[in-house]
Amino acid sequence: MADESLFDFLHMEIVSHIYREQQSSKEEMDNKDRAVCVSVLESMGFRVGQGLIERLTRDSPSFKDELDVMKFVCKDFWTKVFKRQIDNLRTNHQGTYVLQDNTFSLLTQLSNGKQYLDQAPKYLAFSCGIVRGALSNLGLDSVVTAEVSVMPSCKFQVVVQKL
Amino acid sequence: MSRQSNRTTDSKKMNSELFTLTYGALVTQLCKDYENDEEVNKQLDKMGYNIGVRLIEDFLSRSSIGRCQDFRETADVIAKVAFKMYLGITPSVTNWSPAGDEFSLILENNPLVDFVELPDNHNTLVYSNLLCGVLRGALEMVQMAVDVKFAQDTLRGDNVTEIRMKFIKRIEENLPARLSHMRNTVRG
Repeated sequence: MADESLFDFLHMEIVSHIYREQQSSKEEMDNKDRAVCVSVLESMGFRVGQGLIERLTRDSPSFKDELDVMKFVCKDFWTKVFKRQIDNLRTNHQGTYVLQDNTFSLLTQLSNGKQYLDQAPKYLAFSCGIVRGALSNLGLDSVVTAEVSVMPSCKFQVVVQKL
Repeated sequence: MSRQSNRTTDSKKMNSELFTLTYGALVTQLCKDYENDEEVNKQLDKMGYNIGVRLIEDFLSRSSIGRCQDFRETADVIAKVAFKMYLGITPSVTNWSPAGDEFSLILENNPLVDFVELPDNHNTLVYSNLLCGVLRGALEMVQMAVDVKFAQDTLRGDNVTEIRMKFIKRIEENLPARLSHMRNTVRG
């Protein structure tokens, strides 16, 4: 059984690698490069999220409705993957949800405030993908973005796409 | 009581799955990005190295292992303490070379490859090559230059997974500044 720290080490190195490779011979990265990196990380997270939710909900009964799914993600899923529950869930009851995690596990080692704020999005892309992947396998197509104003607190915005 | 232990086991398993699924996603991405298996193997080794040079600090602080007297002791620590701590398995240490500078780690099962199958067009891919880099990077930080490679791999049809480790030389103390505090710890 793999130790918890292994994921943290691996995730950090994956982020470094993706950014390193994208930058390669260039002096500086432009926004397009950064967008590519975020997109690659997000799609990796997507596959992982799909896999995780499958294992987690193998024996669960199906969910009553969209809100039920989101509550499951905020409690059981978040606990299993990010070691705590979501602190605050808000919704407009029209498909948009904001999940607030005040001590997001992937940010706690980075900083405890505003230092390195510009680096935070790099370390959130994968997690956004995990959430989107999990929701996808639960039948919800969504767009997931993350916002940080003070680390390690983080807000994930989920917008469920109506077919 | 049993409900409590189920929760802990479940959460450990979930973390393990998070790691192995993420590793799988990484290998998949590398296969997309690089044209051939050799290049992917190289990248995995390089990334493993970068992880290893940091992991050693985590290991030393959590295990309070002192300095190893010789390569045999190093082998035991790797198999019985490090692998146990990080991957929950204890490989056996065998096939020592007569000079005592080379040995094998035999892994009955490799947690990285749970649920993994190699497709046909990737038969030179060393899926778990990250491990080689990790070992190499970690040992370099404690003054040992080693060569690490997979000799057998269950993913490629062998019965067991075998990692071969060879001691190259002792590295003179050129510790980077940020690790110089370890100089005393390692001597202990």
